[in-house]
Amino acid sequence: MEEKIRVLIAKPGLDGHDRGAKFIAQALRDAGMEVIYTGLRQTPASIVATAIQEDVDAIGLSILSGAHNTLLPRVAQLLKEKGAEDILLFGGGVIPAEDIPYLKEHGIKEVFTPGASSSEIIEFIRTHVRR
Amino acid sequence: MSIQEEAARWYNQVYRKSVEKFPERKPRFSTSFGEEIAPLYYPQTESEEASRLYMEKLGFPGEYPYTRGVQPTMYRSRLWTMRQYAGFGTAAEANRRFKYLLEQGQTGLSIAFDLPTQIGYDSDHPMSDGEVGRVGVAIDTLRDMECLFEGIPLDKVSTSMTINTTASILLAMVIAVAEKQGVSPAALEGTIQNDILKEYIARGTYRFPPKPSMRLITDILAYCSKEVPKWNSISISGYHIREAGSNAVQEVAFTLADGLAYVEAAIKAGLAVDSFAPRLSFFFAAHNNLLEEVAKFRAARRLWAKIMKDRFNAGSKSQVMRFHTQTAGSTLTAQQPDNNIVRVAIQTLAAVLGGTQSLHTNSRDEALSLPAEDSVRIALRTQQIVAYESGVADTVDPLAGSYAVEHLTDLIEEKAAAYIDQIDELGGMVEAIESGYVQREIQKSSYQVQKAIESGEMVVVGLNKFQMEEEPPENIMRLDPAIQEAQIASIRIVKAERDEREVKRTLAAVRAAAASTENLMPPILAAVKAYATLGEIVDEMKAVFGEHKETIIL
Repeated sequence: MEEKIRVLIAKPGLDGHDRGAKFIAQALRDAGMEVIYTGLRQTPASIVATAIQEDVDAIGLSILSGAHNTLLPRVAQLLKEKGAEDILLFGGGVIPAEDIPYLKEHGIKEVFTPGASSSEIIEFIRTHVRR
Repeated sequence: MSIQEEAARWYNQVYRKSVEKFPERKPRFSTSFGEEIAPLYYPQTESEEASRLYMEKLGFPGEYPYTRGVQPTMYRSRLWTMRQYAGFGTAAEANRRFKYLLEQGQTGLSIAFDLPTQIGYDSDHPMSDGEVGRVGVAIDTLRDMECLFEGIPLDKVSTSMTINTTASILLAMVIAVAEKQGVSPAALEGTIQNDILKEYIARGTYRFPPKPSMRLITDILAYCSKEVPKWNSISISGYHIREAGSNAVQEVAFTLADGLAYVEAAIKAGLAVDSFAPRLSFFFAAHNNLLEEVAKFRAARRLWAKIMKDRFNAGSKSQVMRFHTQTAGSTLTAQQPDNNIVRVAIQTLAAVLGGTQSLHTNSRDEALSLPAEDSVRIALRTQQIVAYESGVADTVDPLAGSYAVEHLTDLIEEKAAAYIDQIDELGGMVEAIESGYVQREIQKSSYQVQKAIESGEMVVVGLNKFQMEEEPPENIMRLDPAIQEAQIASIRIVKAERDEREVKRTLAAVRAAAASTENLMPPILAAVKAYATLGEIVDEMKAVFGEHKETIIL
């Protein structure tokens, strides 16, 4: 039997909007993935440490505070420094379309904005996780 | 007494007295065909039974159980306060937006603070990186607050501040600025949110554990009841509970349960219920389901009045539920954002027909970013159109007696009361939150709704039906990334200019008060006046209180 995909859903930054993160965590779990959810206010360093410790295949970063351009690339940078850049990194939240190219250039593989469905995200993870 | 006799009593005693004090907006309200519109409509029946039921369930506006509204004349005398939540960047920029809103006819201020300010980090703290000035204005010291209110007379403009963990510090800063303007604390009008329990359930800007946080709140309630008597010392918020995904019943139930917990804590701390409960205010969301929302507001008012009367034997002023409403951000779509203007208009009607005391209307672009100035203007105009053109403000509680609305009002009250009983059984709201019960209930609802949207069972126009190809939106609001550096530089200047010995002395007093049972407000006020930073004051409390660790509920 194939091993389950392991995903870390994390909330970098200081905002408390966890409705989306929790929904995605639960939807991924319902889709048969193993999901770890960090809770609020995680630093890039703590997210990367958890990801490595939990040996995840993917990290989903949910942020609605507007600090995405500062914090998301930092997670990617730290993954690289730890030699863990094979972990699939994606983001979601209230992120203006014009910021998405910058985030993609800085190691965020995909960005899901309001209105994205859980099936899109599940499909994306299944397609891109390297096993 | 028959309803007719009750009505005559109400008109002669209650209504007449109220109109003398608060004259109506027009000498005569009339229909398009010239007939006069009465202040109030009520059942025309001689039946004793119908009369008894009417008095028990609805009563007259300004009277128990307040189902029909908290004042006798409601909007016929004074429209609700139009209060747009705003603030971003530095204090100087926020000051400019406030002045713009006041010029546009807004009647009160509602201040958004950035997340570091809300959680208690200075702008130069590593946790603040990228967050400074983003979702609200950054406040580090009294200097920033002086700048925020520059040219805004605090005895004329009421200020509402969305601040919880650090409410004591921000309130102290307002008091200190007011003193500099020559305004006494007794004349200050405004609100601090100061509702920590919903932070653990839904909003997430907690810092200290629940128990010391509750103590901080009772300190504020006690201080305000003596020193800042016109200040609303807490705004018990269902808005965020609803935004986290709960339904209308849960919004009412969990908000009132939070309220109950504060009342109980304050009584336990030795305060008399009628010394603080009249200053409690509430904050709800307004969603798209117009009739259900109107019923929700009416049910909440009635249930709170009953609870205050029956459980606490509180006087009439303490039974009154005054509330602010914000249209629901979670109903806005990033797709076809102009459609949001229509959603907000419906939600505005819901809030007004539900008898709100103040209202924030969301801007169409809030699913995309902070609102642009023209979007904020349309949102404010929406309120003005409902106020001046729709006619719904011309008679009190116009939907009363509608079979649907009254049925829904009864149903929401009944189901919310059952939740409150359940929470009582769990040992009260603090315990229900610590055990994760409340969070799980909200999450269940939230998951169901999102699934229903994804399956198309619940239609969201433009999102899962009637979609179209769109260009990415233009002109979205951007913040200057230099704000963080500017803010850090200004902390440095304040620190260089202040009297360090005075700062040390006042901070030590904050810590000593935190470790004792002494009220924390006076030492916090002294530290603020010495230009101690927000982060420094929070650190003193943290040293005694510790920090809250989230229980992950999934």
